Amino acid sequence: MDKTISEKIISEHAGRDVFAGDIAVVDVDVVMAQDGTGPLAVSQLKKMSFDKVKNPSKSIFFIDHAAPSPRKELSNSHIVLRQYAENCGMVLSDVGEGVCHQILVEDFAAPGEIVIGADSHTCTSGALGAFATGMGSTDIAVGFALAKTWLMVPQTIKVNFNNNPLKGVYAKDLIIYLIGKITAEGATYKALEFGGSFIKNMTIDDRFTISNMAVEAGAKAGIFASDEITEKFLESQGRGKQYKEISADKNANYEQIIDINCSEIEPMISMPHTVDNVCPISQMEKVKVDQVLIGTCTNGRLSDLKIASDILKGKKVNKNTRLIVVPASKKVYLEALKEGIIETLVESGAAIQSPGCGPCVGVHQGILGDGEVCLSTQNRNFKGRMGNPDSFIYLSSPATAAYSAIKGYIADVREIL
Amino acid sequence: MIKQDDSIKKILRGKSFKFGDDISTDLIAPGRYFHLRSNLNELAKHVLEDADEEFAGKVNNGDFIVAGRNFGLGSSREHAPAIIKLAGVGAVLAKSFARIFFRNSINIGLPVLVCDTDKIDKDDELEIDLSKGIIKDLKKNIELKFKALPDVMIKLLNDGGLVEHITKNKGFNL
Repeated sequence: MDKTISEKIISEHAGRDVFAGDIAVVDVDVVMAQDGTGPLAVSQLKKMSFDKVKNPSKSIFFIDHAAPSPRKELSNSHIVLRQYAENCGMVLSDVGEGVCHQILVEDFAAPGEIVIGADSHTCTSGALGAFATGMGSTDIAVGFALAKTWLMVPQTIKVNFNNNPLKGVYAKDLIIYLIGKITAEGATYKALEFGGSFIKNMTIDDRFTISNMAVEAGAKAGIFASDEITEKFLESQGRGKQYKEISADKNANYEQIIDINCSEIEPMISMPHTVDNVCPISQMEKVKVDQVLIGTCTNGRLSDLKIASDILKGKKVNKNTRLIVVPASKKVYLEALKEGIIETLVESGAAIQSPGCGPCVGVHQGILGDGEVCLSTQNRNFKGRMGNPDSFIYLSSPATAAYSAIKGYIADVREIL
Repeated sequence: MIKQDDSIKKILRGKSFKFGDDISTDLIAPGRYFHLRSNLNELAKHVLEDADEEFAGKVNNGDFIVAGRNFGLGSSREHAPAIIKLAGVGAVLAKSFARIFFRNSINIGLPVLVCDTDKIDKDDELEIDLSKGIIKDLKKNIELKFKALPDVMIKLLNDGGLVEHITKNKGFNL
């Protein structure tokens, strides 16, 4: 019987043919936790009396959510992770290295693999053709110890992004549009498989943005078939050998097929306090913006920073607005420095922060004041997300964010393109 | 559906605390208390603070959270179900749950039940029979059924959670 990409990958890792609805115990290739979820995974490992991890070179702790640490309690949690990683020979990605999901795609995840992580946006690696999904600390503790987990094989929704989007419309706009269409629980327990004619014209960064936000529709995974774009990216990271072709079979069984005509979509905004509360830019009222954030695991990659710097070049950030930029990883930061992107951004008035999650999680580096509005390129705008339940978060593409930083309100970037 | 001899109580009784749709993990365990994640008892004092400021102070052992659609959406933080359980909540009832929250809850032994919560009001007295799958609203004198859990999750709950399952079986035995 023909299989979806998820069914193929899970079957291979279960050692038998499985299909949507089946339960399987599977081998996992990459397991990770971050500084918000890792310490609890360590205490669960200790409870189960595991003093070793099964596959240390593919078991990773990322210190990215509160990095550098703003408080002693968090510094102490970081010590727990460093010590455990050292004792077990695990990989530690420390302060300044970047956001877990970006480093996973740069250095670890590969097509056909199963990646599990104690962070909901682990689905980002689905852009490389991996089955990548987020779980809690206890599941991940077991994953570290046994290199196994259990999965229910998800049903799959096929999403076809057809035709190229118009100028000023980016991958972020497409995924916000999709979430608005199917709602924040439209894909709960399911996998999203992305296809359509625009796929071949997407950059790998576009795909990362789209897979990253699959969980905002409730999805378990957000997967692209691997192709020459995937292969080229892996080669650029010195991992060409890890390339493998993976795609769905011709007659795979989809729960639903959604066709989206990208050329009909305009820049999109998610409004407070849910991601599926979407509005096309042309219908937005004038919303004054106190802070703009460009970065995070959704949109902190080189192409995102480049788009922002092209818009901000020779311009100044509005005097009533602050612009915070956080490169997603050290690699991205170094490239952006080499290309003069960081210089342009700083000259325009941006505050650059060290690679990591930045203010997205509400821990540090840009917590909002009472009544303040932030326009962010992150993936979530829940009440209180950025550290203050009395503030308001809007989500957009880096282009919309950069242009809005100049204008001081949420603005339509197509005006200058 | 749940064995008689496990650590989770089969008959639960308590009062209903009502919440709406889309209660995110940010509302349950706000990011501004990130530093308390290593101190769950302290974090539990802020459980659901951004959805109902008074909840943590009012909830009694055995009470229920009764919510709308997509409860627990958002991050993978297991601290969210953990502090709900620590606060004494006997079970969470909702029209639907986000996937990771649901799985985390089973892993740590917090019953999460899918049912038509519109029929239950704030402060109703409920009695839940986990093995029969029945929720009795004693105030309204009505009975509701909740959706059966997948077998694999019943096995985990019967063992007392994932840690206990793995310890007992020296690995997965699902």
